Formats: sequence, structure tokens, C-alpha cells
Amino acid sequence: MSVAVSRRAAIPRPLIFGGVILAASLILAIFPALFAPYDPNAFDYAALLQAPSGTHLMGTDNFGRDVLSRVIHAYTIDMQIAIFATVFPFLIGTVIGALVGYIGGFAETLFGRVVDAVITFPFLVLVIAIVSILGPGLMNMYIAVGVVGWVFYARIIAAEVKVQKRLDYADAGRAMGYTHLRIIFRHLLPNAITPAVVYWMTDMALAILLGSSLGYLGLGAQPPAAEWGVQIADGKNFMATAWWISVFPGLAIVLTGLGFSLTGDGLAEVLRTKK
Amino acid sequence: MKTVLDVRNLTTRFAGPSGALVAVNDVSFSLGEREILGLVGESGSGKSVTLRSLIRLLPSMAGQSGEVIWQGRDILNMSPKDLKAVRGGQISMIFQEPTTALNPVLPIGLQIDENLRAHTKLTHRERLIRARELMDLVGIPEAARRLSEYPHQFSGGMKQRAMIAIALASNPRLLLADEPTTALDVTIQDQILKLILDLRDELAMSVIFVTHDLGVVAATCDRMAVMYAGRIVETGTVADVFAQPMHAYTRGLLGSVPRVGTERSPLMSIEGTPPSLSAIPQGCAFHPRCDFATEICRATQPDTKMLAAEHQVACHNSLAVVKTGSPVR
Amino acid sequence: MPLASFILRRLLQLIPTLIFILIVVFVLVRLLPGDPTSAILGDRALDADVERINRQLGLDRSLVVQFGVFVQSVFTGDLGRSISLKVPVTELIAQRLPITMLLTGMAALIALVLAVPLAFWAALYRGRAADTAIRGAFQVGLSMPVFYIGLILLTVFGAKLGWFPVGGYGDGFIDHLHHLFLPALTLALSLSAIIMRNLRSAIIGVVDAEYVQFARAKGISARLILLRHVLRNALISTVALFGLSIGTLLGGAVITETVFAVPGAGRLMVDSIYGRDYPVVQGLTIALAVLVSVTFLLTDLFQAWLDPRVAR
Repeated sequence: MSVAVSRRAAIPRPLIFGGVILAASLILAIFPALFAPYDPNAFDYAALLQAPSGTHLMGTDNFGRDVLSRVIHAYTIDMQIAIFATVFPFLIGTVIGALVGYIGGFAETLFGRVVDAVITFPFLVLVIAIVSILGPGLMNMYIAVGVVGWVFYARIIAAEVKVQKRLDYADAGRAMGYTHLRIIFRHLLPNAITPAVVYWMTDMALAILLGSSLGYLGLGAQPPAAEWGVQIADGKNFMATAWWISVFPGLAIVLTGLGFSLTGDGLAEVLRTKK
Repeated sequence: MKTVLDVRNLTTRFAGPSGALVAVNDVSFSLGEREILGLVGESGSGKSVTLRSLIRLLPSMAGQSGEVIWQGRDILNMSPKDLKAVRGGQISMIFQEPTTALNPVLPIGLQIDENLRAHTKLTHRERLIRARELMDLVGIPEAARRLSEYPHQFSGGMKQRAMIAIALASNPRLLLADEPTTALDVTIQDQILKLILDLRDELAMSVIFVTHDLGVVAATCDRMAVMYAGRIVETGTVADVFAQPMHAYTRGLLGSVPRVGTERSPLMSIEGTPPSLSAIPQGCAFHPRCDFATEICRATQPDTKMLAAEHQVACHNSLAVVKTGSPVR
Repeated sequence: MPLASFILRRLLQLIPTLIFILIVVFVLVRLLPGDPTSAILGDRALDADVERINRQLGLDRSLVVQFGVFVQSVFTGDLGRSISLKVPVTELIAQRLPITMLLTGMAALIALVLAVPLAFWAALYRGRAADTAIRGAFQVGLSMPVFYIGLILLTVFGAKLGWFPVGGYGDGFIDHLHHLFLPALTLALSLSAIIMRNLRSAIIGVVDAEYVQFARAKGISARLILLRHVLRNALISTVALFGLSIGTLLGGAVITETVFAVPGAGRLMVDSIYGRDYPVVQGLTIALAVLVSVTFLLTDLFQAWLDPRVAR
């Protein structure tokens, strides 16, 4: 009895809140049309800059577009940014980090230099520079983030694999004649990957911030696409008169970011107590 | 002998998730001038918490009751300002693990100096001279140079000496020592014990010595108090208690003391383990592990009786224990 | 003197970092779209002119030679001339970088002033309402994009209430501080959230440490215990984090300067990238990277001062 109760209480509250927010965000991202009351790109010159009301819950922008519908449709792009801007760094960083941690020595020294270099350049400046080489747009933004972002995952994984390598079962694997790759990816990595997964959650929150920042600067998603950063930029000249154009997309960013970081905190808590 | 410290019915509770945990339960004892009292027990018996309770060095969730009369005043009722003057000024404490008890980022000299600043009116120059004297007193060579060094530059034994120097800075009348030798090598242990004995004589202080090592008690203490599950179960002079333990638990402890010439071993030769604070047995807390236990032990908590001069015990069957004699011969 | 040798060692470590920075910048700039010659001459230039300009800029020589020339000129303080603004890049940097340094310095200061007391408060009352409220507020702050915070502060405290100017840099030091306050506050919020989180858990880890108990047993004042024993130890890891955050702070300055129209290095960077003004991008990247390296050095030294075990 008491065991069941305490186990249920063991799901940390941040994880529940975060999970609910993320689930809702994903549903909105996949089926925006089911929830958006209007076409996000339809101009309505009869209803320009309307304040929030019963017909337009979040008001309309300077083209008469329904802000709520644009916020909902933006989930598709911004959740896509959260995932695509992080999943490739995650995969590449995991592979490189596992190799670096397993090989050690020279590979580790070289990798250390790369880490030094990457943290010496302001991340955002580097991403802006790369995007400007490749040209604005989401695809190029993923590439730019990927070029730098893998380093952070690799650093976490390398440190963790290095610890795992010293444990007995790695020696047992070698004694049984497994190949190095098999030892790394079947035996060491599954035990080393949890901190990287926790970081991945935080990183998705950061990716949304970065994606919307580039959108705001005109380097990410391109207008008229509904993306929160683009929407905030659209509304910035109307802040004093029609605050709703910018404020609501910003709230969506905050809420989604909270969803990811709460989930990350909760996961970290669960994994910590499991150990 | 003049009494300097009188502890009456001291009880310390910690607020836990499922109700209060009683770590120190109705503890009473007194301490004379220049006397060394050994507080003995297994880990978890409440001896360290008792020691810390004397100067209210407890987390904020702890609650205390009873009296700790120090020089005519109850420490438990003191204002924060008065308490601050007593701590470090009149009653000092040294800890088990010098590596964690010394602040790693401050030079030893500063850690002595802040004690002097808090409790004396000495000038900067006088404090520096005093700090050097203290280093000499506890046997740290090259005092002037070592004052500016940091804890990580000291060896284990030297760290413990430094901690003693800090504790003694303001000439305390009472030293509380919480297992001060447990973390040290055997040869260093003996040096530190001898140092504490010498300092007691030189500075005319009283000492309360918490330890689980009866060898240490035999070598240093005048009197001893044995603790079990938060209570004192037996008190007496070290000679009396060793010659004739009256509590079954004390007898068991003495039975586990290694003979001269054999290796020291931890005191775990009594069957079973001490109870956790959340599950202290009814009646006498020791009865599940006791060879002498009878029906009454399971039902009622024994009162503390004075069975000989200065020899008190809380055991229903102390007569049976006495009959079997001391395991130490 | 372990500290002196530590400083020397740390200074020597700067050299490979600087070389690495130069290589990265050199490669990066040569990857930028469109070449500088066509940027100068426009798209319909004569072949002879192109050749002449190429020779003038040294672009007709091998990459290795170009790199050598590049390194040499950087060390003699010659970063070339801006193509669009027609002034030496060093002059531009000397004008604009101090503005960004003042902005990030103010931001760092504001972040510390916000984070340190609140971290103490949250840590000492952990689990209570105050702790939950502080952490919740900072969690929200951490999820807000810099440009969004900036836009809201600008609208509320600039446009609506009129307490602060809505952009620009002003004249005279006091006026500069007045103009930079809102942008600095914008930048400070997310940094203070990061610092608060780290410092809070560091304080929780230190508060129950034996040496704090020992300090309490010595009867010294609560203020000394908190500042000398708790804060100093808790700050060690926070200082390292602070150093690592400087890059993020400078990145944030790019956006903040854009939102608040502050004529700093970040703004210049964005403009130069848009305008393909190579020498400026190159010079600024070097300057920013050097700035970050020097900040790392300073935070390392501060850490070594806080924790004597570091400088061994």
C-alpha cells in the first residue's frame, strides 16, 4: 500500500507540468488547423489592428491576420526548430563524444582545443556569421547550429564514457573479444547517455530562443511564415498601439521553453534518484 | 571538585517527514573543573548530537528542551549575542574530520584570527603574536610561515593540530571534542590525544570527549557516560565502569575492546545493529540485542539508579550483569 | 609564489588560443559569399581593374602567404579598412567596442546584484514559498528571448513611462549609463537566472559543510559566516560559470543593440555581415574572441584568488 503511494509521489511535479505542456505543444504543432480559428495568412483589411475580443481572442495584426491562428500555426515551425536544431548535434556529438572518451589521449587533447575555440567565439555571432555565408532560412540555420552545437553534447558524452570505460564490464567486454565499436555503442553508450538526454531538453528550449532570435533578425524563418520570432518582429513597431501582435507570440515562446526546461529538470531528478 | 557544566533532561528532536525524531532523550550529566568526560557509544547513539546540543549547534529544524547550565546560566535560553560569546570564547569545539572542518579557501592564520577578533580585545599585532604562540602550543613548527598557508598544505595530523589551535585561541574553559582522532593514523592519534591531555593540564580546561573507541576512553578520560539510542545508560569513573560494568550494553562494549597487543577493531561485536531513530524499541531500547533481557525490559523504560558512589545505571537487570563480572581483566 | 606561476602559465595558454582564433577567422572570412573585390568594384567591373584590386589586396597570392601577411598585420595593429565606411577597422573597433564592453559590464553587474542576494534568500529558505517564487520567476526569465524582454522593457519604461530613452547612446558618461540601462537590464535577466540557479545550489551544498559548522562553533558573527565562509566557497563554481557565460552575453549584446539601436560592436557586426564588409567582420570577430579569452583569464584568476587549491 504505502509503497504504491510513495512511488506515485516519486514522479516529480516539474516532469508532470513539463510533460503536459510539451504534449499540448506537439498536438498543436501536428494539427494546427484543427485548433486555429482562421487562416493564419489571410489578410482582412476590414479588421486591421483589432484588440483582443470575442471574435479575435488575441486580436489581429496590421494586415488583419488573426494573431491566435498565427501563434498556433507557428507551433509547427518552432517545434520543428526545437527538434531539428538539436537532434543532429545530439547524434553527431554522441558519436564523436563516445569515440573521444573511449580513445582518450591524443583525441582528447585535440577535442579539448576544439572546445576551447568554440567557447571563445560567442555562439550567436558564430551562427549569424555562418547563416550569412549560407543565406537566411531554416535549413541553413540547422546547419549553422549543427556545426557548433555538437561540441556541447560530445563534451558531456566524452566525460561520461571515460568514467564508464574504467568500470569492470568494459574490461569484461574486451576479454570476451568484442570489437571496440560494439563495446562503445552497445555497452558504454547506453550507460553514458542520460546526462546528454537531460541536456537535450534544455537545448531544445535554447533552440527555440535561438530560432526565434534569428527569425527576429530576419535570418531564420522568412515572412510571411508564422513563426514567433518573425511575428514579434512584425509587431515591434506597433508595441505602443497594438501590443498584442508581439506579446502573445512571446508568451508562446516562454510557455514552450518552460515545458522543455521543466521536463529536463524533472528527468534529471528522476535519473538522480534512480542512481 | 567544582562543577562547571550541569546538563539536566536535555532532549533534542528533529522534525522529520513522519513526525519528530528524538536524537537525544532526557540526558543528564555534570562535568567538573579540569575533568575529562568520555561520551561513548556506537554511531547513531546520539553522542555527537548531544555534544552539539550543548552549544545549540544544530540545524534550524531541531528543537531542544531541558537545561544546559554553564557558569550559572542556561545556554538553551541564552540570547544569540550571549550564545556567540560562549561559543568559541568559553566553550570550543573540535571536529572529527579536519579536512572538512577547516575552510579550504582561508589561510590557517585567518581562521585563528577570526576567533581572536570575536572574543578578545587584542590589537592586530597582539593577535598575530598570539596566533604564533598557539601554533607553538599545539606543536606546529615554523609557525610564522605556516600561518599564511592553506589547509591543503598541511598533513592530516597537522590539520588536526591547527584545528585545536583555532579552538583554543580564546582560552576556552571547556573543550568539546567530537571524535578528534578517528580520522587519523594510529601513531598520530596517540600524539593528538597526548596533546589534548597536556593542554588540559596547561590551560586548566574541562573536556568532553566523544568517541566510539573505549581504548581512547581508558587512556584519556576521568569519567565516562555510555549512550544508547539517545539515552545515557551508564555513568561512572572510568576505573569503576571498566572494573564493574552494570549495564548489559556497557558490558558488551567492553567485551569488544581488543586486548593489548592485538589490533584495534570497531565496536560491532554485539549482536545486531543499533535501532534507527524512527524505530526505537518499546521499553529498554537495548532489549532486542540484550542477553539479559526479561519481560520487564520489553515493557518499561528503566529508571536511572545510583548503584555505587558516582556510578549510575539505567538497567532492570543490573544485578545479573554485575554477577557475571567485567569482561576486562 | 604559486599564484605568480599560475598567472604566467595561464598567459602562455593564451598564445595557442589566439593562433586558433586567427586561423578560424581567416578561414571563415574566406567562406563568406561574394569576394571583396566585387564588393569594392560592383558586379560589372573590368577584368583589368579586378586584377589590380586583387593585387592590391594580396588576393593573387597563395593562401599560406595570405595567412602570413594576415597574422603579421594583425600583430602590427592593422586590421584593414572598412569597405563601406572607408575608415580603418581598428578605428571602428576603438569607437564601437567600448560601448559593447560598457553594456555587457553593466549587464554583468546588474545580473550579480539581482542574483546573489536572491540566491542566498532562496537557498537559506529552501523549499519554502520564497524559494519557489524566486526559482519560478527566474525559470520564466530564462525562457524569454532577449529581444522579447527588450521590446517589453522598451515599450513600458521607454515609450509609455518615459523613464529611459528608447534608443541610442547619448552624450557624456552619465547619459551613456542612462541610455544603456534598459539594454543592460535586458541582457542581465537571463544571465542572472543562470547565476541564481547555480549559486543557489552551491550555497545549499556549502551551508551544511563541516567548516561552516566549525565557524559557527567559533562564535563569529552570522554576517562573517555568510560572507567569508559560505559565499566565498559557493562562488568558486559560479565564477567559472560566469566566465563561460561571457560569450553568451556578447551574443545577446548583438540582439540587444539591434533592439535598442545602440551603436555598439554587436550592431556593427550585424550591419557588416549584411553589407559584406569583410575586414570589419574579420576584425570584430578577432576583437570579440580576444575579449572573451581575456575575460576567461580574469575569471580564472579570480577563481584562483578565491580558491588557493586552483593555483597549484
